[in-house]
Amino acid sequence: MNNLNVAKIQLNGNAYEIKHGTNLDDLVNRLKLHKNKVAIEVNGEIVEKNKYPSLVLNKNDKVEIVHFIGGG
Amino acid sequence: MIEDTFTIANKNFKSRLIVGTGKYKTFEDTANAVKASGADIVTVAIRRVNILDKGQPLLMDYLDPKSITYLPNTAGCYTSDEALRTLRLAREIGGWRLVKLEVLGDKKTLYPNMIETIKSTEVLVKEGFEVMAYCTDDPILTKKLEDVGACSIMPLGAPIGSGLGIQNKTNISLIKEQSSVPVIVDAGVGTASDATIAMELGCDGVLINTAIAEAKNPVMMAEAMKYAVLAGRKAFRAGRMKKRQYASASSPKKDLI
Repeated sequence: MNNLNVAKIQLNGNAYEIKHGTNLDDLVNRLKLHKNKVAIEVNGEIVEKNKYPSLVLNKNDKVEIVHFIGGG
Repeated sequence: MIEDTFTIANKNFKSRLIVGTGKYKTFEDTANAVKASGADIVTVAIRRVNILDKGQPLLMDYLDPKSITYLPNTAGCYTSDEALRTLRLAREIGGWRLVKLEVLGDKKTLYPNMIETIKSTEVLVKEGFEVMAYCTDDPILTKKLEDVGACSIMPLGAPIGSGLGIQNKTNISLIKEQSSVPVIVDAGVGTASDATIAMELGCDGVLINTAIAEAKNPVMMAEAMKYAVLAGRKAFRAGRMKKRQYASASSPKKDLI
């Protein structure tokens, strides 16, 4: 992959490389997650699940993906 | 006999015991303890997905949110903004509206920050959430929580994870007496008798995590808690005898030889 095709984003607090044109559906699939088990925030805004295919990530986007874990 | 229904935010539940899903070694242990407890509602936390560890099992694989009610919490949040962000994300995961709000005020005692809790409840209620609020055992503040629309008041029996039991029975009773929404003792239960005491005081339910998860045999303790809650509730409904200063013989004096 040539560097021009790669963009760096912040994913859950860490630097993460994605291909240009990656949308949220692509990212969820690449991470082997199920979209009905997570919620995603991009740059502080919650993204509704039906908008995942149309939301293309840009360089330096801050992405947070959360799910449910055990808690009291 | 009048049916003893337990309703939160217009939804009926069978069990008055709510259990937390934290502090277990494996998801399997969690699921077994939850099953033994008979709980219909479990609390869950919202955290970042581990992106380095792809394809790991999830809590949802062990506890089906279709058969048990997930109650997302805001554990670890110290400001209203953090709590709101967490619960909005929880709702986005799968449409959860019934939530447990806890805004903490101090890392050592995990005591609730009531100012932030009341503020957050107000906002969440306006956004359509059904808010069960973890709170102090102060009757004035719990009244305020009810006024801003909390669907359940959850006063602490003792600090989270302390297992010290119900420290202020008088206040818990006062809160129960004045509240028109369910009162659920959240935090502080250490063993079965503590859960029974909460229920004997007239509380509508009990939320337990550490007392089960940190028991030597969590599954057995989960079952003990199930019976403790049932026993306390029944004793409350049955109406206990009046206390007396002196003895009152149980066997008749008549025809004594």
